[in-house]
Amino acid sequence: MIVRTTKKLKYAADRGILVLLSAAALISIVTSVGIVLTLVFDASKFFQVVGFREIFSTKLAPLAKEPSFGFLPLITGTLITSLIAMLVAVPIGVTAAIYMSEFAGDRIRKIVKPMMELLAGIPTIVYGFFAYSTVTPFLIKLIPGLNAKNMLSPGIVMGIMIVPIVASLSEDAMNSVPASLREGSLALGSTDLETALKVVFPAATSGIVASVVLGLSRAVGETMIVAIAAGSSKNFTLDVTAPLQTMTAYIVEFTSGDAGSGTTGYYSLYAVGLILFVFTLLMNLAAQYISKRFREEY
Amino acid sequence: MLNSRSGNKRLDRRIILDRSIKIVFSFSVFIALGILTILLSSIIIQSIGWLDWQFLTSNLSINAQRAGIKGVITGTLLMMVILAPVTLILGVATAIFLEEYVRKGWFHSIVKINISNLSAVPSVIFGLLGLTIFSRLLGLGSSILAGALTMSLLILPIVVVSAQEAIKAVPGFLREASYAMGATKWTTIRKVVLPSALPGILTGSILGLSRAIGETAPLIVIGIPALILKMPQSIMDNFTALPVQIYYWTLDSVLVREYANLAAATIVVLLTMLLTLNVSAIILRSKFQRRY
Repeated sequence: MIVRTTKKLKYAADRGILVLLSAAALISIVTSVGIVLTLVFDASKFFQVVGFREIFSTKLAPLAKEPSFGFLPLITGTLITSLIAMLVAVPIGVTAAIYMSEFAGDRIRKIVKPMMELLAGIPTIVYGFFAYSTVTPFLIKLIPGLNAKNMLSPGIVMGIMIVPIVASLSEDAMNSVPASLREGSLALGSTDLETALKVVFPAATSGIVASVVLGLSRAVGETMIVAIAAGSSKNFTLDVTAPLQTMTAYIVEFTSGDAGSGTTGYYSLYAVGLILFVFTLLMNLAAQYISKRFREEY
Repeated sequence: MLNSRSGNKRLDRRIILDRSIKIVFSFSVFIALGILTILLSSIIIQSIGWLDWQFLTSNLSINAQRAGIKGVITGTLLMMVILAPVTLILGVATAIFLEEYVRKGWFHSIVKINISNLSAVPSVIFGLLGLTIFSRLLGLGSSILAGALTMSLLILPIVVVSAQEAIKAVPGFLREASYAMGATKWTTIRKVVLPSALPGILTGSILGLSRAIGETAPLIVIGIPALILKMPQSIMDNFTALPVQIYYWTLDSVLVREYANLAAATIVVLLTMLLTLNVSAIILRSKFQRRY
């Protein structure tokens, strides 16, 4: 009898635990739903006041007496800095990945891998400080017309920040190409380089492209580097030596200033946040789709 | 090995190309590592003369000579004290649920897809979530509690995924042995699975925490003010943290040049903390990891 009741209690406890555990798992879903709801809810208040035509204009002056909310400068700032970052990160990251996965010996790999992880573990605020206090003054010596705040320097530094992401994901993709393919190619008399570029690289393309898309999404969502080094200018420009604010930097600047709750300016944060969220979500889904759909199976 | 002097012109060309491109590609690795060196050394050089005992033990001040980061370090540590247990409990519970209870099914896959997408959401968006829910809706303002909860949601995916990996690595025969002794599922998890997965779980959690220590944007978005002269006393107090202080000092270095040195000194403190955490994670992993 006694044995049976303790057993029953035990099973009841088991079921109770399951409820608690599923509640914890629900938190992550609640977080996602919460993100979407807060963004959509508060952004809709913004869109009630500001029309779509205004959003696609180039005039952004949220705190002016007659505020105007054209997001084109922010979107342009984000795209230009991200593009510069990718111009730095993709060539360095992919060639470093090829070198590490195909050419380097175990000894070099053992030294370089932890250092790449170190590079990936540095907080972005540190990169921001580096861009502003070291890279920009250096670039001003090369390009005399460069502003103290500009899109070039944070773009380059953001690219360096992304190198470890692109490199390690691309390397994983190339490492998962079976050795038999390499051996087949080498046995036919190809050099290491020909094997890497004509056999391994094509077989790993889906993973490499996915790593680039993920890197781009990191660049678009990156905040502190651009908030420090790209400035808070809202004047639309395509000139990389000039300052221009990005979407992320706009959110940071506005919240750290005195944005009164309930104003159109306050709700514009959520509209920008929503655009940013959709941008990055689409890119991540694309990366997942690419690496799944176009993977070569062996 | 192919002989470089084969006498065959075409083959020679291919071999020369092979060797030279290998060197070119190796430059990419050295560029990345070279920049890491420049970054660290430029920051250390700027912090020389500023990073001293007085800097670590004084309160913030507008006067660059007198300013110190005692309150800033306290803010970061207090945030960790709340952040670590909350994230660990939520993260491990989610991982146990996913790995031990519902292996397959629609709920499992929704949670999984959801976590992988959450980990890719920009941190500034988590800031907006924290601002709306914790700061305004729950009225926590820009307190330590609001900051810790926001950060907790941000690093939850990292902790969940690493805890999942650690639990997955516990071999099935341990569980079966426990069941064979008459243990229930929960007893098995508590007494067998968790203890042997613990090193892996802790390693992942430490890496998640070090992400939270360096993260800036969410804290600024929930409204941490630029200058806090008071030491935080309770978790409901306003506070500032190391990365936030670096941000404000860097921005204001236009006005006062010395603020750049203060920012550099704070970065050295921040990086030292991160390095300590990471090294302890590596030691933990190598010392306690059991192989079956």
